[in-house]
Amino acid sequence: MSIFLDKNSKIIVQGITGAEGSYHTDRMYKYGTNLVGGVTPGKGGQRTPQGLAVFDTVREAVAATGATHTCIFVPPPFAADALYEAYDAGITFAVCITEGVPVHDTLKVVGATPGMRIIGPNCPGLASPGKALVGIMPGHVFKEGGIGVISRSGTLTYEIVDLLTRAGLGQSTCIGVGGDPIIGTTFVECLREFKNDPQTQAIVICGEIGGSDEEEAAAFVAEHLPELPVVAFIGGRNAPPGKSLGHAGAIISGSFGTPQSKIAAFEAAGIPVAQRPSEIPALLAQRLAVRA
Amino acid sequence: MNLMEYQGKELFKRSGIAVPSSHHALDPQAVAAFLEGALGQWVVKAQVLMGGRGKAGKIKMATGASQGRSVAQEIMATPMPPNRQNPAGEPVKSLLVEERLDIAKEAYCAITIDRAARKPVIVVSRFGGMDIEEVAEQHPESIAKFYVDTTIGYSAFMGRELAFAAQLDPGYRKEFPAILAALYDLFFRYGVKLVEINPLALTADGRVVASDAKVELDDDALFRFPEFAQWRAALPLDEDELLAAQAGVGIRNFRRFPGKVGTMANGAGLAMATMDAVANAGGEVADFLDVGGGANAQRVRNCYELVVNTTGAKVFFINIFGGITRGDEVARGIVTAMAQTASRKIPLVIRLTGTNEEEGRRILREAAMTPVETMDEGAREAVRLSHGA
Repeated sequence: MSIFLDKNSKIIVQGITGAEGSYHTDRMYKYGTNLVGGVTPGKGGQRTPQGLAVFDTVREAVAATGATHTCIFVPPPFAADALYEAYDAGITFAVCITEGVPVHDTLKVVGATPGMRIIGPNCPGLASPGKALVGIMPGHVFKEGGIGVISRSGTLTYEIVDLLTRAGLGQSTCIGVGGDPIIGTTFVECLREFKNDPQTQAIVICGEIGGSDEEEAAAFVAEHLPELPVVAFIGGRNAPPGKSLGHAGAIISGSFGTPQSKIAAFEAAGIPVAQRPSEIPALLAQRLAVRA
Repeated sequence: MNLMEYQGKELFKRSGIAVPSSHHALDPQAVAAFLEGALGQWVVKAQVLMGGRGKAGKIKMATGASQGRSVAQEIMATPMPPNRQNPAGEPVKSLLVEERLDIAKEAYCAITIDRAARKPVIVVSRFGGMDIEEVAEQHPESIAKFYVDTTIGYSAFMGRELAFAAQLDPGYRKEFPAILAALYDLFFRYGVKLVEINPLALTADGRVVASDAKVELDDDALFRFPEFAQWRAALPLDEDELLAAQAGVGIRNFRRFPGKVGTMANGAGLAMATMDAVANAGGEVADFLDVGGGANAQRVRNCYELVVNTTGAKVFFINIFGGITRGDEVARGIVTAMAQTASRKIPLVIRLTGTNEEEGRRILREAAMTPVETMDEGAREAVRLSHGA
């Protein structure tokens, strides 16, 4: 299996003819993702270089293709609108790559679209290796296997996946949940899916400073996945308080969102925390061996 | 973007929240001129973003023009003393002269976004005038919260419930739901990340007045409010943000630190991990820098110059995980950037992966740079060189 995404998921791209959209459409297509079309208002009727049909509206795209998934590449002022349009057309799974979406926009969309799973915004997307890749992740670092990966980062995720692949540890699904303060899908919601996925044998949680997603994930693992090998990493241990580092959500506010609190939560849940990404494969192999 | 008190109160006024009558003054002369014809006692308050103004002696009483001028001079003579978050302190560039309220009670209310609940949360306490984190420690039972369903928005019952739950003085009850309505309207209309009234004063004559104002706007939403551009100009400049903007990287993507190891990575998460790797190797970083996607010659040059010219870096550790980018292209970009720059040269340690990575490393070696294969190796090498330099 895998979660959220498999070989048969029918995917459209919103903003398919834009610079980012067309570039990444080509990469997703070459990875073997089941893309069925795309949307750019005013360009309906055209075809992409891959031969994908372009529609004016998401409603038309869904009617013509039966798409259930969308990947959104539109500028920040239009991201909320793109998500509402997808929801209204019956899309059930939306990946929003856009960085810089106003936090109130995300807040309203998340509250108003029950039943539609949103990944992001400000995220690299997700990949179920060997099946499909949606977003901007580099396909060549992945290998199909049993490790689930959840992360708030982009390149750091590729780094970690690359380390896993080199160590012979393939992945079931890798999700970059996004670096914003408000995101559509949290670590816990990913873990809930992984719990029911027979392909997933172990999980890597790549967190960072800010918020409490890591603390909640640790508590969830302790309660619902005590048997599953899980390894964590926290980025930004040496970050100063009160300043965002790159990601809008990576900020220590007062005593809240500190690396110490996250590391303590993982350790209390029996989850080893790697000091550096390069330690992750060995820690994981150790946990898998103990279990076997 | 955090607003100054006078700016926050201007937003309060626009939204129908009662604030003390006041005058914003740019210098002691303007304070004196305003107090010339004004009766009674007034409060002169430094307009700064840093907290702790009272303790720092930056809020003073004054009656009449001459006293107004002298306390204004005193307040403006020295900057706000430094603290951990603001090691440079903050100069006082303007003052708010405000009607002195005869305060009977002080309460607290705020609206912010709760990340875990993914909802706006209204927070109320009957203890005002002190730091809310302190209240949370000393009187946790006094803090009442309401998580707002964004499809409903604010409704008056929320204010009534909160007033009872927080055991606000009965004197607040009649006006409180309407004050929260106005506050929520402001929060929603301007896409605010945090709005806080601390204290919300109950005066001896029964008025409920916002005695202070704290507003944090969402930088990502500022494009919707061009009118705030002039307020931004009045705020103290964050020098790191300014330098980042000049170098063409995002304002959140550059931060300076006191160490000797300059760093740059593609992606915020990787850039944070790079800082951590340097610390793990026993070094201290000179900066956090996310170069973003597409590390071409121009971008690399801008970033190199940014770090060399504005930090104490003795070595520059470039950490590029080439997901999509080709290793040889990045290497050529770095070599070109170094050939073009007129800035002083410091040793480069370059960790480069991705398609054509071997070719990339060959190009770097030929240009007498130090290519390494892993982040840990690069961090160790950079720290070693920084000690030697």
